[in-house]
Order: sequence, then C-alpha cells, then structure tokens
Amino acid sequence: MGADVELVSPFVLEYAYKRSTGPVIGRFLTSLRDGRIEGVRTAAGRVLCPPVEYDPDTGEDVQDFVEVGPCATVLTWTWIDAPLRDHPVQVPFAFALVQLEGADTSMLHAVCAPREDMATGMRVRAVFRDERVGSITDIAHFEIDTGVSKDLVPNEATEPITRFKAPTRLEYVVAAGATTAEFLRGVLRRELIGRRCPSCEKIYLPPRGSCPTCGVRTTELVPMAQKGTVTTFSVIRIPFEGQVLEPPYAAAHVLLDGGDTPLLHIVGDVDVDLVRMGMRVEAVWAEQLEPTLASVRYFRPIDEPDVPYAEIRGHV
Amino acid sequence: MALRDVHVAGFAQLPNRMNLDDYDEAEMVQEITAKALADAGLERSDVGFTCSGSNDYVMGRPFSFAMAIDGLGAWPPIRESHVEMDGAWALYEAYVRLQHGDVDVALVYGFGKSSLGSVDAVHTLELDPYSLAPLGVDPHAMAAMQARLLIESGETTEAKLAHISCRSRRDGNKNPNAPHADEADADALLADPYVREPLRAHDLPVRTDGASCVVLRVGGGGPRIRGIAHIIDAHQPGFRDLTTSASATKALAAAGGAGGVTVAELHAPYTSQEVILIKALGLGEDVTINPSGGAHAACTPMVAGLTRIGEAALAVRNGAPAALGHATSGPLLQHNMICVLEAE
Repeated sequence: MGADVELVSPFVLEYAYKRSTGPVIGRFLTSLRDGRIEGVRTAAGRVLCPPVEYDPDTGEDVQDFVEVGPCATVLTWTWIDAPLRDHPVQVPFAFALVQLEGADTSMLHAVCAPREDMATGMRVRAVFRDERVGSITDIAHFEIDTGVSKDLVPNEATEPITRFKAPTRLEYVVAAGATTAEFLRGVLRRELIGRRCPSCEKIYLPPRGSCPTCGVRTTELVPMAQKGTVTTFSVIRIPFEGQVLEPPYAAAHVLLDGGDTPLLHIVGDVDVDLVRMGMRVEAVWAEQLEPTLASVRYFRPIDEPDVPYAEIRGHV
Repeated sequence: MALRDVHVAGFAQLPNRMNLDDYDEAEMVQEITAKALADAGLERSDVGFTCSGSNDYVMGRPFSFAMAIDGLGAWPPIRESHVEMDGAWALYEAYVRLQHGDVDVALVYGFGKSSLGSVDAVHTLELDPYSLAPLGVDPHAMAAMQARLLIESGETTEAKLAHISCRSRRDGNKNPNAPHADEADADALLADPYVREPLRAHDLPVRTDGASCVVLRVGGGGPRIRGIAHIIDAHQPGFRDLTTSASATKALAAAGGAGGVTVAELHAPYTSQEVILIKALGLGEDVTINPSGGAHAACTPMVAGLTRIGEAALAVRNGAPAALGHATSGPLLQHNMICVLEAE
C-alpha cells in the first residue's frame, strides 16, 4: 500500500432498543394485534388515530378509546416505484395519509393498488397480517375497498402489549480526514508522526488538527521516537464482545519520548503481572502493515531503568 | 423586565460542499469559530457562553459534539452547552442565556455532514417510533405527500415549483458558500421523471457538508435581534393542515411580525415548503426570498437553519432595513423558528 491508498472505511451503527409503550400506545398496538384499529377521543370530541396520550391542541389527557376503520379515505399520496429496504411493502406501492372511518385525523400507511387507480379521495380498507405482534405493521397495507373484508386469522395472544423491539441500523462510509490520513500514511512507513501546537508547543499523538487547549491549527509535523514509558495501565482479564486479543493482556498509556500525550495501546511480550507504571517500552511492528494503529502490534519492555513517577505524573 | 438588546456581531461559514472529508469535527469548529470571532473583532477570551447544534446520528459517532469542542481551545474551562438540533436552536439558547445579564458575548455554531451516511435514514429515525418509523417512510415521500396536498388545493403547480428550484440554484451559484448546481430551464426540468410524485429531483434539497458560526453580543453594534421565537406543532403529519405551517405563523407573531422586512432567508429544503412558508408568514412580493440560494441549494444538516439567520444578518449589513431568518426542525415544517433582525 502506498501514499495513494484510499483511507475510507465502512461503519455501521446499531442499537438493539426496546421501547415501552405507555397505556395509550400500548392499547393501540394491542388492538392492532387483535385485528382492530382504535383511536382516542379528546375532551373536545375529536377522534385521533393513531392515538396519542394528549390532545395536541390543548395538552389535556385524551378520554376514551373508539374503534375506527377498517375503511378509510386517501387524503394524499405518493408513488414508490422502487421500494427501499426499510419500506413496509417490497413491490411498487403508494405511501398515503388515510383518514379512517370515525377518525378526525389521518394516519400514514402503505396503499397497494395499481398506479393508475391511485387518486386522492379513493376508498381503501386495512389488510391485516395473519401473524400479528402488536405493531403498526400488523396492518400489512391498505387496498381498494371492494366492500368485502378478508377473514381475519385469530390471534392466540391475550396479554396487553407493553413493549416492543425497535432495532436501529445506520450505515456510513467514514473518511479518515486530512490530519488522520497523514498519520496513517506514516504508519505504513513504520513512522509515528505527531503534530505540534504553534502556541503551547505541545506535541499530540495521535495527531490533532486543532490544539484543544489553544484552539489554533497545529501545523508542524514531528516524527516521534518509538520508545516510551508506561504512564498507567489496566489488565483485562475478562472476555467481551468484539475483543481482538486473548485475555489476560495489559492496555496501557504509553508516552513516547519527547511527546506530550500518551497513546492508548497494548503491552505485550511480558507477564501481565510485571507491567507497571514507569516501565520502559518500545513499539513492535506487524509484518503486514495496514493503515491503522493495529500496525503497531504492541509495545514490549526494554532493558532500561523505570522512569520515576514524578516525571510522568502529568501524563497518566 | 426589559430584554437586553442582542446583536449579531459576527458570522462565518465553511463553504457548503458535497464533501468536506478533509475536515474532522474539531477542525471545522476551529476554523469557523476563529473566523466568526475575527469578523466580530473579538477574542476567544471575550466569549462568556458557547452553544452548539449537531447530531450524533448524522456524524455517525457518539458524543461527536464533545470531540468538536477540541476546536474551541476550551482551556481554562468554559461555559458550554449543546442542542441535538440545528444550530439555530443553539442560537436561541444563547440568546436566552445572554438575557441572564452576567455575560455579554455568546459563540454559537452548528456542524454536519451529509456525505458520511444517509441523512434520509436519520430523518426516518427522528419520526414517531410507534406509528411512523416502523414504516420506514423516507423524507422525500413525506414531502411529496405535502406537495400533492398543496398542488391539489390550487396553491401551486409543478411548473411553479420548478421555477423556485431554478431561482434558488441560480442564486446559489452566485453564492461562494453554496455548491455549484447545473442550471436548466424550468420546462426542461419538468420533463424529468418523478422521484416521489409529484416531486422531481430538482424539488429536493442539495445535501451538503458544512458548518457555520454566529457571534452574539449585547450592545456593540451590528444587526440587532428585534424578535426571536419558536413554536412547535403536533408531530403526526395527519394531525395538521399540511398546506400551511401554523407554528411558523405563530412564531412570526411572537417575534413581533415582519414589518419592514425586505429579505427573508427561509429554511425550506423542498421547493413546495417555500410556497408554504411564504403563505404562512404573509411575505409579499416586495420581500426578496433566499438571495443566498437558501437551504434548497445547500442543505447541510444541523447548519442550514443557523446559516439562514447568519445570511439574514448579512442582508442587514448590506443595507436591508430588516431581514428575517427562519429555521425548521421535525418532519414537514413541524417546528419553526423566526428571528427578525434590523439595522440599528
């Protein structure tokens, strides 16, 4: 790999959220599981669907539940020729705001109908899934109302819905940025290059494009020594998801000679019980270099006297 | 209690571009804050309160706003706050903070990148998690349903929307801080296919990377904030009249109205939303709309609203007696802020 290597990386952010529903949404989702649609009536007599816990006009609690639909009127719509991965229908369909019979507001959902039949004001009917779990997608979609409803497959579950799984996933392509890219290209040459602040003269490694203390751009590149001192450490003895090394191993702050900021890395080639503050170490490079800090496999002890605590106390 | 007079003392932005890969968060913040303070003739040590707007889902990393503080030189420790919203709401917080009376200068910034991931997917995640997000509805589809209501009620036409796009992109091409856009005549654009009927590619915002910064100061000159207010509507699109924006109308009234305003910078990502805002705010033909190209020509997440207020301040500096900056948040103009600036 040379200087022209493209320093971009895919990145996925996922959260396995579960959400609690509260009493109003919970009852709405329970009604969907049971193959019915319920709205809520406000003190002023408006029927809201999908239900919310308060009247958006007044902030007052909503009153009783009212069954609405399953027939509805399309108020507006748009056509989806090529459905996205997260869309509820995977053939061409319409997203629409549909006003359910008996409701004073409209609800967003999918309408499955031929494109040429789509029109504002058209009558549609909710189509429920056979397997329902307590979700807005228990309504598979709406279809043109022919006056005949499909038989509902009954649901065995009777417990009210109080929570549900709501996993999220976002995908990114992250670029290293000019400052980090310059550092990572150095790593490909077995060099560790810091940056010096022109104002306070501190050397940052990994480099920062802007000095967090002074708020000015760092400008000067400083190739660093590859020997340093362990300023603090922790021995990892338990396994965890995503772990790369076999426990036990020591994670440590290593202050490279002449530098001002310690580098978080691993201390290896030594019994973890012998790792200590002030220990002198040097970088051990991997044979196959890649543009990440993992190209330094670990730091290993060298035969030099320990550095007294007084000299590293500002860098732990 | 009388409000303290707050002025826009400085404004700076990074050019909105399709890709600002070379900058990390701290580098963006370092550059715009230094430039805005220089524009105001102030030093970092003059700043009494700092507030920012950004979004971790947009930047793809937790606590990205905390990393961005490295660009500030926050030592000795500073008074600092953050909103997970457009920087316009950070400006509102700073305006309120200045009313406390103990500090006189506030630094406000927003930063965001469209190039890292999918801003559309982030907008879907911002929707109600019970009834909307599970449907995976994308923001263009939502905007299209709003645009259809507008067209079918006779408020606009697809051709008028195409003209709005042409004007915005032409103005954007004169603004060095907006990305270059290919200019086409409206008739040609109307031959393009729909992305989300009735919206075509030219009706959608140009999504960009960027950052902007405003310095607020009590006294000291520069465009004065005559009124600022923000109001929110119900989240559910089906609970609102989508052909107007009730909260934008109320926010303008709460900010004291648009009297004397000759320039309006509207945070209208979609062409159809410009039509809605002009109606909701009662802006006449004597008001120049989005001379910068607006958020339609350069739509940087968490930045486009703050930039509208900054651009309105520039309009006042350049001779407008009064100018209006608008910012929006939430689906289909749910939440709206109005900031009216006037010459001293």
